[in-house]
Amino acid sequence: MKIEMNGFDEEQIGRLLRLLPPAPEGWVRAAQELPAARAALDELVARAEQDAAFRLQLQADLERAVAAAGYEPSPFIVSRLRQLLEAV
Amino acid sequence: MAVEQTDAQLVSRCRAGDAEAWNEFVERFSRYVYAICSRGFRLAQPDAEDVFQEVFARAFERLSELRSDDAVRPWLAQLTRRLCIDRLRLNTRDTPTEAEPDEREFDDVLATLDEAMTVRAALDKVGDPCREILDRFFCRDESYHTIGDMLAIPAGTIASRISRCLEKVRTELDGRSRGSRPS
Repeated sequence: MKIEMNGFDEEQIGRLLRLLPPAPEGWVRAAQELPAARAALDELVARAEQDAAFRLQLQADLERAVAAAGYEPSPFIVSRLRQLLEAV
Repeated sequence: MAVEQTDAQLVSRCRAGDAEAWNEFVERFSRYVYAICSRGFRLAQPDAEDVFQEVFARAFERLSELRSDDAVRPWLAQLTRRLCIDRLRLNTRDTPTEAEPDEREFDDVLATLDEAMTVRAALDKVGDPCREILDRFFCRDESYHTIGDMLAIPAGTIASRISRCLEKVRTELDGRSRGSRPS
């Protein structure tokens, strides 16, 4: 559906507004928490690089090791950390 | 009326590490990214969620690579498009019936979503209570009754309020159009 916008009428405005429903709140919140998650990831990776015992804990049970380190093991942190640890 | 911040100004603040700006950035573009995933590529919710998070993760990590801060919206659109295609190709390995939309079809959807974002920006400029009323009615598909209950206004007046608010948005859009027209 392509709407030509040579001026707008109310019907078009309503139709266009309908095309942008809000994303689920949880998705938006998770995306907004990315800077904090990024900082947590940097800290966890640095610690894994320096601490062999911690690295083993992460390999054994990633979620539990992240929680034990004081961070919320959110799906984003867990999946990103898994990728990053493969490179460590 | 609300103070409008350009995309470029918002990106510049994000790049400077302003946490509040990042919240606004996600708020401003979340509907757009979501619409590309769900309307442009018709991804199922779990796939759309993965792509949505990946788009913002990459945007956060690579905002400094953006050549022009004004170009953030097309940059996000292309990033979302690439990640949606990757996801569809991954799924197609398991269920080969799923197909990617053709390029022209996607471009049409994207052009329409860009127009919707222009209308959305005008609605943001008009501000509340119109933003709230129109968002609830058109974007959240709420009934007059629900809107009336939530905003503590008589349900019988919602239709006329919607009409007046649409008129305000139209006036705002007309003003933008005149402002951007070469003299």
